[in-house]
Amino acid sequence: MITNKENITAVTQFAEQVVEVEGRSLWQDARRRFFSNKAAVISLIILSIIAGLSIFGPILSQWNYADIDWEALSDISTLGSPSIASGHYFGTDPLGRDIFVRTMQGGQISLMVGVLGSFVAIVIGTLYGATSGYMGGRVDSVMMRFLEILNSFPFMFFVIIMMTVFGRHILLIFVAIGAVSWLDMARIVRGQTLSLKNKEYIEAAYACGVSTPKIILRHIVPNVLGVVIIYATLLVPNMILLESFISFLGLGVQEPMTSWGALISEGAPNMEIAVWQLAWPLAFLVVTLFCFNFLGDGLRDALDPKDR
Amino acid sequence: MLRFIIKRLLEAIPTLLALVTLSFFLMHFAPGSPFTSERGVPPAVLANLQAKYHMNESLMSQYFHYLWDLLHGNLGYSFRFTDFTINQLVAQSFPVSAEIGFWSFVVAVSIGVLCGVFAALRQNSLLDYGVMAFANIGMVLPNFVIAPLCILFFSIHYHWLPAGGWNGGAWPYLIMPVIAMSTSYIAQIARITRGSMIETMHSNFIRTARAKGLPKSHIIIRHALRPAMLPVVSYLGPAFVGIITGSVVVDQFFGTGGIGQHFVNGAINRDYSMVMGITILIGTLTILFNAIVDIVYVFIDPKIRY
Repeated sequence: MITNKENITAVTQFAEQVVEVEGRSLWQDARRRFFSNKAAVISLIILSIIAGLSIFGPILSQWNYADIDWEALSDISTLGSPSIASGHYFGTDPLGRDIFVRTMQGGQISLMVGVLGSFVAIVIGTLYGATSGYMGGRVDSVMMRFLEILNSFPFMFFVIIMMTVFGRHILLIFVAIGAVSWLDMARIVRGQTLSLKNKEYIEAAYACGVSTPKIILRHIVPNVLGVVIIYATLLVPNMILLESFISFLGLGVQEPMTSWGALISEGAPNMEIAVWQLAWPLAFLVVTLFCFNFLGDGLRDALDPKDR
Repeated sequence: MLRFIIKRLLEAIPTLLALVTLSFFLMHFAPGSPFTSERGVPPAVLANLQAKYHMNESLMSQYFHYLWDLLHGNLGYSFRFTDFTINQLVAQSFPVSAEIGFWSFVVAVSIGVLCGVFAALRQNSLLDYGVMAFANIGMVLPNFVIAPLCILFFSIHYHWLPAGGWNGGAWPYLIMPVIAMSTSYIAQIARITRGSMIETMHSNFIRTARAKGLPKSHIIIRHALRPAMLPVVSYLGPAFVGIITGSVVVDQFFGTGGIGQHFVNGAINRDYSMVMGITILIGTLTILFNAIVDIVYVFIDPKIRY
């Protein structure tokens, strides 16, 4: 009897405690799934380290990215090799400039091109795709036809035209790259929008008299954001690779500034005599791209409603 | 079916016209001209040169000249290789790129699909990780690194293969360009195949096939492979165009003399007719192969009806 009474009080006490059941939002759910993916989390950490190094790394060295070490210049294959003593942690390039600092500085450019280029591509692609999908009908078919025309252009054509029109200013390089890479994004967003368009909340917004641009910006765009983010992380490595290709053609950043792509294409012909000139920038590039790919896969698993 | 094919091909004509128009005006609005050079040309010679290429006329009349020539299958004269027409240059370099591209395509598809399918069937096993690591490396290594590495390894260290040249497409000259060309495509195809194969193997009709007690090989080959190939096919259309129209990197490192080099150099030198010609070639192929992909889709995807 006594135990029973104790039980009862325990139960009532327990019941008095207000247990709040917290609902998890889509984004919380996604975060939890993302953080349980080890490869993605490790990639994120490595990427932050690389980004941090690119920004603060040059402080660690006594050299500047444009400084020429005349002593090393006299004999690159021995004096220019990586050593702690000479201060050239990664060695020097054929002109006696420090590869460590140049790799870090190139990292700033490459990462910026990747991120800003993707950002431009995403903004244009999302707005274009959402508008096309939401408007439907004739507007949609005209917009899609235009996309098809742009899509049949060789990619390099645009890039080179933009380079010649705008000159070789670094900001314009990623605007140019971004402006020609939004086509796939637009198509993906349009597909998503088509299925969102008939949802009740869009109808409700329309019934309340919300204007079309506002429906697109406030109701459609936030709901396609998941797909956009996944695609964006996969776009960044492509942008970085593209920039490196443009640098290979000699149309990229201007000396004495550099990028990973520029460093790699400078280092590749010397790989037999001075392998460090290729190895360091290449290692940074490869690791970064690897990490972005894993990050993209992790985000896809976390955000894609299909695989739940 | 036939109506669909004809309709799809007819739709391509306005797209193509828009492509020609847009690229013509973009190219001509870009600053600089094919005759700007450091030394400069005497004004009288310049006037003659411009007259030869109709460049003293208005832009519109140049455009209609170009269209008229294009209708006769004439892509004009090159501004740089002055003794050649673009038709000759394309006829010379495109087969080279196409041959490298064709073999790269064959290699990329066979290895890529095989890797992707095996990785998917042994999902999360050591084989899967190995294949996907290889695929990721192929994707992140730029081909202007793969190309000199190949030369260093095969030609300089082991003397197995000639370092460059074309020699009419004899196979030793073909191997390294094909390697440099196909690596990134192998990686992409393997990734896409793996993803869609995993999705297919989890679908209901595969479960049904298993429940019926069909042998595993039969399930994979007869039931799973066809639907799993759909995303791969839609990737392969544009990829095929990209792969047969060559790469400036391959041309530059192996000295094969393909079309990729002409394109980039032409754009840098403002060789209008060269850039236009190759843009039209690539654009036409892209439109054509997108149409082919749509048509192939009808055959392999039973859900699509026209």
